[in-house]
Amino acid sequence: MTAIVSVQNVRKTYDGGFEALKGASLDIQEGEIIALLGPNGAGKTTLISTICGISSLTSGAITVAGMDIGHDYREVRAMIGLVPQEIALEPFETVINSVRFSRGLFGKARNEAYLNVILKTLSLFDKKDSKVMALSGGMKRRVLIAKALAHEPKVLFLDEPTAGVDVELRKDMWNTVAKLKGQGVTIILTTHYIEEAEAIADRIAVINGGEILLVEDTSALMARMGKKQLRIELLEPVQEIPAKLASYGLELAQDGSGLTYTYHINAERTGITGLLNDLQASGLQMRDVQTQQSSLEDIFVDLVQEDGV
Amino acid sequence: MNFQAIAAIYTFEMARFFRTLKQSFISPVLSTSLYFVVFGTAIGSRMEAVDGVEYGAFIVPGLIMLSVMTQSISNASFGIYFPKFIGTIYELLSAPVNFLEIVIGYVGAAATKSLFIGLVILATAYLFVDLEIQHPIAMMSFLLLTCLCFSLLGFIIGIWAGNFEQLNLVPMLVVTPLVFLGGSFYSISMLPEFWQAVTLFNPVVYLISGFRWAFFGTADVAIGISLGAIGLFTLACMGFIWWIFKTGWRIRS
Repeated sequence: MTAIVSVQNVRKTYDGGFEALKGASLDIQEGEIIALLGPNGAGKTTLISTICGISSLTSGAITVAGMDIGHDYREVRAMIGLVPQEIALEPFETVINSVRFSRGLFGKARNEAYLNVILKTLSLFDKKDSKVMALSGGMKRRVLIAKALAHEPKVLFLDEPTAGVDVELRKDMWNTVAKLKGQGVTIILTTHYIEEAEAIADRIAVINGGEILLVEDTSALMARMGKKQLRIELLEPVQEIPAKLASYGLELAQDGSGLTYTYHINAERTGITGLLNDLQASGLQMRDVQTQQSSLEDIFVDLVQEDGV
Repeated sequence: MNFQAIAAIYTFEMARFFRTLKQSFISPVLSTSLYFVVFGTAIGSRMEAVDGVEYGAFIVPGLIMLSVMTQSISNASFGIYFPKFIGTIYELLSAPVNFLEIVIGYVGAAATKSLFIGLVILATAYLFVDLEIQHPIAMMSFLLLTCLCFSLLGFIIGIWAGNFEQLNLVPMLVVTPLVFLGGSFYSISMLPEFWQAVTLFNPVVYLISGFRWAFFGTADVAIGISLGAIGLFTLACMGFIWWIFKTGWRIRS
């Protein structure tokens, strides 16, 4: 596989002096789905904006299909589609005219048949003559996708496509993304949901504080990150962990009032049932039970420590 | 040249005009009719002819210019400010287009609209006064050039404006006074000598004078100077817009 988008040591300092990207480097392979995962303010949108030409870069280089985004902006931009994070649409225009506008703007001749296919794929065909302002929020988001696809891009950027979207539409969106990948479109999406990245991405790039912390295959990363903890509060404190429970690798709280069990989110058998049975058999009584998944922030801390940064 | 993009922008902007066709027409036709009733008929009947032209007819070129200039500015500034305001500008910035294509699309559409309105006002004028246009081709060229260069100015204002108030500020504070003081309703020669000299710093004087020459064959300033001034103004606007897109001033973060 070859890199279709190559970001080399890109820095972006905004006018106010805020440095949103601090030397980010990333190679995106042709035909893959890559998720940029990071908390709010990590630099995800800035990275996308600089690649797409909305923001200028302060230093560094970006190439798409081997062409420089500045020098060869026409060829580069004609290959790229962008779905922005915020819904930004001309409210008084119809869906079909908005999509036609996008196709023309990107230099493609009219092709109603193709646009109809896109609208059907996104379940917008019935609404093609409706004004954008009359659509629901989810529908508007689909119009944004239709506009981004109108000029048959090779690379598609989706900036938080499922932020504030209901569960059903989120699944639809994931299906659409999978379909596009099937057609050979390279997809870059940003998200701060680990589950979303896990569900659709081939690779995950973790970004925080304007830097790409690591890029890894989704399955490999999830295996490392998907830890979960079960905390058991005991009715009566204990001095030590009963022998019957020794095999679970439990941690005893200092005052003896609680036990912590760490297991893996993807494991076929989590061992929770066995643990609870054995707990009862040992004569321990529970006051409360809670589970906790490592948050994105915890994961970043782990990653940074692992990488020795 | 990305001609598809120019066509796409132009069509999209013209669609906005056709959606509001009635408002687009009623307001200029009504206000012009009022001017004719008040200045042309009521006051004009008590006025002497100016440079051998009946006063009612004399104000026609100025009235058309007044509307065309304000309409050009408001159409063009709104056309580019609105995408900025609602956020759809992202698409323009990420598209394979250069500044010239964007300008031709937006300014072309805005100029078309105001040309249309200018012609409607001219037609309305025929209902009130007898008019004979001495140089029809020059008249159309002047009208078209004015539409273009004021649409360019409007485009700049639209990019500069940070809110809707600022969008209206320049037309109200700058353009209206310049047009009123630019000889819309009088000949420069009617002013005291000192003010005649001051007036020559007003660019609108050259436009109205040239336009009036096309109608009646008389002008305050030579037609060549009028054309030169309009050309200079257009070039200055184009240069400024080129700079805007080169630096990303007020549009690209």
